[in-house]
Amino acid sequence: MTPRVEIRHVSKRFNRTSGLVERLAERTGLKTPNPVVHALDDVSLTVNNGEVVGIVGESGCGKSTLGRVVAGIIEPTEGDVLYHGKTWQDMSPQQAGHARLAVQMIFQDPSSSLNPRHRVDEIVGAAALRHGKTTRTELQTYVAGQMRRAGLDPVMSRRFPHQFSGGQRQRIGIARALAVQPDMLICDESVASLDVSIQAQILNLFLDLRRELNLTYMFISHDLAVVEHISDRVAVMYLGRIVEEAAVADLFAHPAHPYTRALLQEIPRLDTTRRQYSTISGEIPSPLAPPSGCHFHPRCPFAMPRCAAERPKLRDIGTAHRAACHLND
Amino acid sequence: MSNPMLEVRNLRTEFGSEAGRVTVINDVSFALERGKVLGLVGESGSGKSVTGFSIMGLIDPPGEVTGGQILFNGQDLRQLPEHRMRTLRGNRIAMIFQDPAMTLNPVLRIDTQMIETILAHETVSKPVARDRARDALGMVGIPSPEERLHAYPHQFSGGMRQRVAIAIALLHSPDLLIADEPTTALDVTIQAQILAVVQRLARERGTGLIWITHDLSVVAGLADDVAVMYAGRIVEYGDVGTVINQPRHPYTNGLIGSLPSNNQRGTRLRQIAGSTPAIAQLPQGCAFRPRCTQASDACLIMPPQTEYDGRLLRCFHPVTHGKAT
Amino acid sequence: MKPDLTSFVRFLRVYCRSPLAVCGLIGTVLVLAAALFAPLLSPQNPYDLMQLDIMESRLPPGETAFAGFTFLLGSDGQGRDMLSAILYGLRISLIVGIGSAALAFVFGTLFGLTAAYIGGRTETVMMRLVDLQMSFPTILSALLILALMGKSVGNVVLAIVIVEWATYARTARGAALSELRREYVDAARSLRMGHRNIILRQLLPNCISPLIVLLTMQIARAITLEATLSFLGLGVPITEPSLGLLISNGFELMLSGTYWVSLFPGIALLVTIFSINLVGDRMRQILDPKAAQR
Repeated sequence: MTPRVEIRHVSKRFNRTSGLVERLAERTGLKTPNPVVHALDDVSLTVNNGEVVGIVGESGCGKSTLGRVVAGIIEPTEGDVLYHGKTWQDMSPQQAGHARLAVQMIFQDPSSSLNPRHRVDEIVGAAALRHGKTTRTELQTYVAGQMRRAGLDPVMSRRFPHQFSGGQRQRIGIARALAVQPDMLICDESVASLDVSIQAQILNLFLDLRRELNLTYMFISHDLAVVEHISDRVAVMYLGRIVEEAAVADLFAHPAHPYTRALLQEIPRLDTTRRQYSTISGEIPSPLAPPSGCHFHPRCPFAMPRCAAERPKLRDIGTAHRAACHLND
Repeated sequence: MSNPMLEVRNLRTEFGSEAGRVTVINDVSFALERGKVLGLVGESGSGKSVTGFSIMGLIDPPGEVTGGQILFNGQDLRQLPEHRMRTLRGNRIAMIFQDPAMTLNPVLRIDTQMIETILAHETVSKPVARDRARDALGMVGIPSPEERLHAYPHQFSGGMRQRVAIAIALLHSPDLLIADEPTTALDVTIQAQILAVVQRLARERGTGLIWITHDLSVVAGLADDVAVMYAGRIVEYGDVGTVINQPRHPYTNGLIGSLPSNNQRGTRLRQIAGSTPAIAQLPQGCAFRPRCTQASDACLIMPPQTEYDGRLLRCFHPVTHGKAT
Repeated sequence: MKPDLTSFVRFLRVYCRSPLAVCGLIGTVLVLAAALFAPLLSPQNPYDLMQLDIMESRLPPGETAFAGFTFLLGSDGQGRDMLSAILYGLRISLIVGIGSAALAFVFGTLFGLTAAYIGGRTETVMMRLVDLQMSFPTILSALLILALMGKSVGNVVLAIVIVEWATYARTARGAALSELRREYVDAARSLRMGHRNIILRQLLPNCISPLIVLLTMQIARAITLEATLSFLGLGVPITEPSLGLLISNGFELMLSGTYWVSLFPGIALLVTIFSINLVGDRMRQILDPKAAQR
């Protein structure tokens, strides 16, 4: 079975390109070269049809960048992303257009992910109309159907985004994505800015849609509890690399990487008996200057000299369970 | 509770707008003892932040605290003239915010800001103030505090900035520290560090702590008591173990029930229907009534806060089963 | 995007809260009406040489003409009725001013938005062009262009567009840069909406506020610029005199006491520019705080 999406050795570096004068200054040593942000560093991951893959990590881990690369909003610096076994270069322009449309993204910030000057019917319907998913005569009915499916009342289709609550705006974003009939959704922190009670509603909507439309998901979040609930498989990222990947039950029951273990320990749980917060020391390093070797070694309680020198490979350590740690050798 | 350090009674804050006056918090009462932690929990629009600002006296027109008492060490803060309140603020009562940019001035160095704060309430020499600032930084766990004093806020990470804000708040060993969602914008591992720091310092110095948050899990591990707010009122208030393990108010119960960690993996989460009403358009009677599975016509009257099963509850139809399952 | 009538009415209500701004609006409307209805309001067609009589030249205000009407504002060196000349001159001034400002707005905005959208080296080159354009002194550049191309209303419009478009480009690019970071642009990209849609339907409506403000202020500037050029003799041709040219024509007569030939066109120009500036100022007051909030 060809996987729905295959991410192969994808790296993404961001840096400000220097102008002519700047480059001259850098050559002569008058100016230090522009810093490079290593957002993604040799990431490989497979997402199968109908699967929900959760991506967890903290700031700077690159999970949002990875989502945008898969959605086609950002180009990788190195590596390939294969959709049903083919890269966009392999496909004809028409096939590539379809493939790009088939993967849609649900964004984090409900206040900036909708164009404040557009009404809801344009937000939801414009792309669907442009790509022939509906005709102009059918447009209003089509938009109404999409809105209803996302839990919105179609009577509000002539309103502007600022007239809706955060949860409703997120639903508009979902309706917009579904209107072009994708088969894969990338949810980038889609419930992070919502209240707990609304979060539950939106997560339920994702689960319902998955069943109804047989969608594949890539679910990006920093919230481990949410990821644990909704995912089949989980990948843990740290500073641009995947450090562990496993089936959800396996990851949470037997975390193999020290970072995963620390992360699981730190999540506040609804447990009134645990009163002590033990912590991993140190700050999360900046992606501008990641530590050598294993990125986690400065904060790792089990660090060895080897960890500073050599980057651990992501290897199989069990059934469908991979980790990148020298301890597993 | 005998001789609480802070006692809030029937607090009421209103905001004036084009639509008229809106009551943002209503009949809010709680108490806090020295060295204890109160978790003030609610979603957006519940009035939890406004409560914190009201205690600090930071409500500006068109807002106004219009009712109730705020008894701090026996003294009603509402009766105090502003210049007296200013001697208390930063000195005996301190506040930290979600965005440390609200506390830290981006164009001043850290030592300048901290020394300013110290000298505002005490007359000591600058070198002495500087030493105290350095010690305060060390106490919140900032490495190489001597060098870090020379830095500007933008040279710190988010977690570090919050630690500095905590250090500034604790410079005068206040009796009361109000923390308004200070860790919401931080990563989980950093949040854990901040919680550890605050917990340790509060215990060491006997500072009373009000922790305002939307995250029940944070409060579960940190607080002694918890007050749950909805639409400007406290709906459930009691010992944290009692409230969280056996919630009696349908809202608290629904909130805890909707947490992913309390639901079986992959199943539909138990959700509360509808959404929080706008504070300017509250329904008649109990504000939670339209969303409540237990509601009846009796709920068309606002339930008073009564003692029920070891806590204070504002509900005519409490949830009766055991732990939220 | 269908303009919403109720939001326009609401905008007007907010606008009218400032009495000074209302004066400006009234002044602008009067000026526009005067220019529009010039043929109806003028006692004489100042361009029709058959209607002019050299014997009626330099008559002070209040004198009667042979044709029967009163020279309300006097007559100029050719016997032209000043009121008529001013009304027709107002037309030219406004057409040139508004026309050139509008064209510069369209071109400059598209330039700036596209530059921000394309990014990279292309953007840098485009913005250096903008910098280059802005570093030339306005009047000197316009004079140079007109000296090379010759005098005509069209050339004056073109010259003003060339010297003014860069301001819009810079503002548009700045506004676009911050909007490009917002997620709705990423959403449009993900939905494959195409370059034209992203620039015109996504970015433009959200960048338009500061540009509208700029436009209202630049209209006054364009009118002033045209007046200056015409006064210096390199603006509109004598056959289609604008207010600036009228002022210039009457300049030599000032010293001999024939003040009305320069004064009244000068007052008309002053009222026009002042009113438009008041409107622009008020627009800035209303629109900018909202832009700053976002």
